[in-house]
Amino acid sequence: MLELKHVGFETEGNKEILHDVNLTINDRFVAITGPNGGGKSTLAKVIAGIYTPTAGQILLDGVDITNLSITERANLGVSYAFQQPVRFKGLQVHDLLGLAAGKDTTVNEACNYLSEVGLCARDYIDREIDASLSGGELKRIEIAMVLARATKLSIFDEPEAGIDLWSFQNLIRVFEKMYERTRGTILIISHQERILNIADTIVVIKGGQVDKVGPRAQLLPCLLGSADAGGACSVLADKVEGVRG
Amino acid sequence: MMDAIEKKLLKEVADLDALPVGAYNIRANGQPGGRHTTANIDITTKADKPGIDIHIKPGTVNESVHIPVILSQTGLKDLVYNDFYIGENADVTIIAGCGIHNCGGADAQHDGIHTFYLAKNAKLRYVEKHYGEGEGRGKRLMNPTTIVHLAEGAHMEMETTQIAGIDDTLRKTSGDLAAGASLVVHDKIMTTGNQHAIADFAVDLNGDGCSANVISRSVAKDKSQQEFISRLNGNCACAGHTECDAIIMDHACVLASPQLTANNVDASLIHEAAIGKIAGEQLVKLMTLGLTEKQAEDQIVNGFLK
Ligand SMILES: Nc1ncnc2c1ncn2[C@@H]1O[C@H](COP(=O)(O)OP(=O)(O)OP(=O)(O)O)[C@@H](O)[C@H]1O
Ligand SMILES: [Mg+2]
Repeated sequence: MLELKHVGFETEGNKEILHDVNLTINDRFVAITGPNGGGKSTLAKVIAGIYTPTAGQILLDGVDITNLSITERANLGVSYAFQQPVRFKGLQVHDLLGLAAGKDTTVNEACNYLSEVGLCARDYIDREIDASLSGGELKRIEIAMVLARATKLSIFDEPEAGIDLWSFQNLIRVFEKMYERTRGTILIISHQERILNIADTIVVIKGGQVDKVGPRAQLLPCLLGSADAGGACSVLADKVEGVRG
Repeated sequence: MMDAIEKKLLKEVADLDALPVGAYNIRANGQPGGRHTTANIDITTKADKPGIDIHIKPGTVNESVHIPVILSQTGLKDLVYNDFYIGENADVTIIAGCGIHNCGGADAQHDGIHTFYLAKNAKLRYVEKHYGEGEGRGKRLMNPTTIVHLAEGAHMEMETTQIAGIDDTLRKTSGDLAAGASLVVHDKIMTTGNQHAIADFAVDLNGDGCSANVISRSVAKDKSQQEFISRLNGNCACAGHTECDAIIMDHACVLASPQLTANNVDASLIHEAAIGKIAGEQLVKLMTLGLTEKQAEDQIVNGFLK
């Protein structure tokens, strides 16, 4: 279980990016969505320890991790697939998969992770993670690293970005499989209906705050509706709830 | 017979556990330490100065020559001239390397001057590794000079590595290329402590269609200093590329000074240089995989020099 209590984050230039974020994540599969610049990636970085919150507390399974380093959080079971994956001159795909798995992975194991994200292992296992990889390839390797870690909290930041249409369905399957296999929580930041569609809970982050949070059945129609129906959403949602209740 | 220290040096510089297959010439503490020739590869001692001549017959393929040099005596200054003649259409590998173990108070130095003559369409892969160790106060010094003459259509690939333990080094590489010849150099170096290293490349591109590609990757740690100097002279329709990619850490200093001269409108010459510290996001990424900052740094540096 991940709890955020009154979490705030200001940059060194005193720009407030997150404000009083309160979230309790109990569900196994949570999607975070919201407008560009709303603060989703910043929230993910605060959870992973890349940014230290300037206010509030973060608890993982009841343990206060607010002041723990990136490494300590990683070792407690937090994984984060970046929105913009990092390139390394010289390091190869199998090097990073090995580091991610935390042991000497056999070529076979590394290949399995790659196949899962739709990359032909033979072609990629020895590739350098440098500028020669395409954006989509890099993104898939980033996802494979988090799969290899298999930790209790896995955060994916817009995993669908740059992934082609055909692969999209397979990507959904990757998360479904992961859901079945691991006992942990999967947190996916996404703008895609098809990903929101498989979440238990949806969180909307807007203007650095939690704008909405609720079960998918309740929030999704409202979010999809809001794209064309403007502000009618909350009224409609209340009515739907009313009818059901 | 070699002692344990000498065996370890041999392993470091030539990856050899036992005597190599094929032709070889081992030089230990300034003395001949074993030689083997084959039907196609002849090795002879020079009469006028220290060093050897290596003749590889035209058409020789799939053969290799190992010429490791090891120094384990403190205070020894060793200078050799080795000349290599690679016959037409030959395709061979030469593995050189120098290891110094200096546990005494005096400097130990090895300077090797290697000259290569590649005949028409000859192909050569040349690997050179430098390594130093030993607890003594005496410095470990190496000044390798490599001169390459490439005839028409010849191709040479050079891999030079200096990863640890050499206090002071001046690596000079120069070459001239005839029509259609190509030269590729991969140079890797890491300096630590107060070490000082200079890599100086000068290539004359003389024949139409020839090309040179010099790629240097380096890591400078602590208070070490590195200089990368490259001079490409394009005297014909040719292609030249030099690249200096350096990671700088701590209080180190890296200087890159490329020089390109085009004496012909059809000469195409490019230099790229990038010097900077390890990207913060690279450290962060590896830390999210559970590595400490130090472990992340080591992984990045090792990968960069791999
Ligand atoms: N280090 C920083 N310094 C200054 N501003 C920042 C910094 N990091 C993020 N921001 C700003 O904070 C806001 C939130 O950024 P964030 O990357 O979290 O958005 P996001 O919700 O992930 O958006 P997107 O959907 O486009 O990925 C943006 O306005 C961004 O410009
Ligand atoms: Mg984002």
